[in-house]
Amino acid sequence: MGKYILKRFFLMFPTLLGVAVLTFFLLRIVPGDVVEARYAGGQGQFVDQKLMAMERAKLGLDQPLWKQFVDWMWGLARLDLGLSMWTGAPITQEIKLRFALSLQVAIMASIVATLLAIPLGIVAALKQDTWVDYAVRVFSIAGLATPSFWLGILMILGFLIIFRWLPPMVYTPFWVDPWQNLAQLIWPALAVGYRYSAVATRMTRSAMLEVLREDYIRTARAKGLWTKLILTRHALKNAMLPVVTVIGLEFAFLLGGLVVTEQVFNLNGLGLLFVEAIARRDYTLTQALVLLVSSAFIVVNFLMDVMYAWLDPRIRYR
Amino acid sequence: MTHRSSGTYWILAACLLISLALVTALTSPAVAQDKPRYGGELIFPVPSEPPSYDGHREETFGLIHPFAPFYNTLLRVAPTDPTGTKPHPDLAESWTISKDGLTYTFKLRRGVKFHDGSELTSKDVKATYDKIIFPPAGVGSTRKEQYAVVEVVEAPDPSTVRFRLKWPSAAFLASLSSPWNFIYKADLLAKDIHWFEKNVMGTGPFIFVEHVKGSHVVGKKNPNYWDKGKPYLDGFRALFVKDTAAQVAMIRGGRAHIQFRSFTSAHRDSLVAILKDKITVQESPWDCILLVAMNHDKKPFDDKRVRRALTLAIDRYAGSQALPKIAIVKEVAGVVVPGTPYATPPDELAKLAGYWKDINASRAEAKRLLREAGVPDGFSFTFKNRGIPMPYEPLAVWMIDQWRQIGLNVKQEVIEAAAYFASLRKGEHEVAMDFQCGYIVEPDLDLYKFVSVDKNPANYSRYKDSVLDALYLKQSRAVDLEERKKYIRAFEKRLLDEEAHYMMTLQWHRIVPHSSKVKGWQVTPSHYLNNTLDAVWLTE
Repeated sequence: MGKYILKRFFLMFPTLLGVAVLTFFLLRIVPGDVVEARYAGGQGQFVDQKLMAMERAKLGLDQPLWKQFVDWMWGLARLDLGLSMWTGAPITQEIKLRFALSLQVAIMASIVATLLAIPLGIVAALKQDTWVDYAVRVFSIAGLATPSFWLGILMILGFLIIFRWLPPMVYTPFWVDPWQNLAQLIWPALAVGYRYSAVATRMTRSAMLEVLREDYIRTARAKGLWTKLILTRHALKNAMLPVVTVIGLEFAFLLGGLVVTEQVFNLNGLGLLFVEAIARRDYTLTQALVLLVSSAFIVVNFLMDVMYAWLDPRIRYR
Repeated sequence: MTHRSSGTYWILAACLLISLALVTALTSPAVAQDKPRYGGELIFPVPSEPPSYDGHREETFGLIHPFAPFYNTLLRVAPTDPTGTKPHPDLAESWTISKDGLTYTFKLRRGVKFHDGSELTSKDVKATYDKIIFPPAGVGSTRKEQYAVVEVVEAPDPSTVRFRLKWPSAAFLASLSSPWNFIYKADLLAKDIHWFEKNVMGTGPFIFVEHVKGSHVVGKKNPNYWDKGKPYLDGFRALFVKDTAAQVAMIRGGRAHIQFRSFTSAHRDSLVAILKDKITVQESPWDCILLVAMNHDKKPFDDKRVRRALTLAIDRYAGSQALPKIAIVKEVAGVVVPGTPYATPPDELAKLAGYWKDINASRAEAKRLLREAGVPDGFSFTFKNRGIPMPYEPLAVWMIDQWRQIGLNVKQEVIEAAAYFASLRKGEHEVAMDFQCGYIVEPDLDLYKFVSVDKNPANYSRYKDSVLDALYLKQSRAVDLEERKKYIRAFEKRLLDEEAHYMMTLQWHRIVPHSSKVKGWQVTPSHYLNNTLDAVWLTE
């Protein structure tokens, strides 16, 4: 098991390096740069080329591409992500501000999704082709078909029209004021968690159905084991493999992928920062964010591999 | 009899008292509304966030809206002037202009203190303007070309600032009223000229409390503000909210009082329908306009007959009726914002190509010109548009339809916003949507866009026209209002009619629906003006 984990752990680094190289060069293929985005798009009647050249030089954009790449890699090797080209602030500071919020929403949405998906998926599998199963299927298909941001807009409109209330627009950390924090974040967590749960519910249902038809379950039933025991010890553990994959990948996606939902609820999160960084051609910040989200995916994948090995002993012996 | 008379008097007196009480009761809220009330926190969303805090360097209103309240400028645009054109004292309490128009001397207010308690002197104003006009190497000053007329800035004594000019300038006072020219403390600039990029410290009506990136800016009342009795608010909170629907929801749900940029007419109508008298709407022509650049380096746009045909095809008057329902545009305009002192009167504007009242005659002339230019059956071209939905998208669709009506086949190519101007700068386009937005209504700013490309690379029609350049200089140096108007008209006629170098679409229209609790704020044609919040107050 230890050797397996170690092997998976060291495989993460070449993947991250590949992501870093690709991101760096792909970003520079796209036309426009941060100076252009900053000055040419405004009311810059008087902005001249000399000023723009000076700003480019300050940011190192006048250097050859290989030198920019080497400088960035050298920074990465020292765990220095550099400065944002747009604000001039350290990138760690820019990300730190938004990371807590995005992480909290991702955790809350994952909890909502898990709490909904697993019981509903199991019940639907056990009551296959009854009205309970149909109700769960309708609920989950509706979740798949409903974009989270649209659900968010409906929630906001509903609060406004029915209760004449709007969730707080400014983030308050949980440890400062838990009530204010939850009053803002519970709604996006519900909106996102619902869609997320729909995927996981369907996955739980189909995995459970498959497992329940296995010979070892039939054997367990024939031996006269309690149904509860069969479900929890034998069926659920084996059915969880694909469900864990879905939950893990969705969690990683939520860290940086909630762009529109963040806009709707005015959340100062990583998704919005990501889109702004790309629109402003803030190379350094975009590179750092891509690395962060890729790292989240890679780490989640790694943890899922470990969990697979725990859930299914056959994997660690291969 | 006497007894009865006495009773009548009592009844009359009672009636009078009741009437007086009624009148007082009925009128007192109105009176109370006119008298500024102290206290409260103004909350407003800002759709954009600035990269730094330095007004001399940045271009976005995202800096002005939350940070202007921390600063003063030497002059400002009169806060109650709806045209947004009249220079008004701010830190300068008075000024004199020499007879030759080459020396401007400003007397500064006494007793003005920075937020750190130090006193403002002419040294601070000089250091500020030296940074703007003569920035040292490595310091970005976005608008320094606007002050090319200045030879030197002097501070002969602590309360006097003198600007010596190279030539007389009609726009100089307006230039000094720029909302970007925050007055900084000289000592801090001397220690680190970049200090104000990352720090905030001015003389303004509010003191900086905090800026949480991506979230908000907070300011609190400056108790030692030089304008005694102001500001009225205890403070303000500017929230960075990018999504327009969220901004509207904030106003509707009472989470914000005002958004200073603009909403669309549809947003205005929905807010008015729901909030009724709880919402007040202020509107103005907006000093922003989309232009059409026709690249003179590409055939057939090197032919002025073709360019004239393109502008003659557009029915601006019909557009100004229909488009405001779906886009933030409204007024038919020339080169200066309608309703402001230098704007061309509508009757005179109607004589220019593309502004004729008879659209059939206009389009017949367009077709004749195309025939004369050797393209009687029209031709095809690509219209590059910027990937910003409002108002680029509806205007482009409308214009493509207008051109179709004279036989032109136009393909739209939408380019992502950040890459757009880089693409235009390369000159690869045939025809492209261009943009101009002013921070103060002043012809020097509005017309500079159109001088020859070798003088202004942001001229994306890419022509050289020495006559136009000469007219620009003449209007800029004509200190007499009527003489200046004459040159501006000549400039406009050459630009839009005789040479048809560029095309104007429709002037943007600024709509600010705000909580009726907000008083003391006047909309102007520029969303960069009137944001110091010194006169703003809340009724409750």
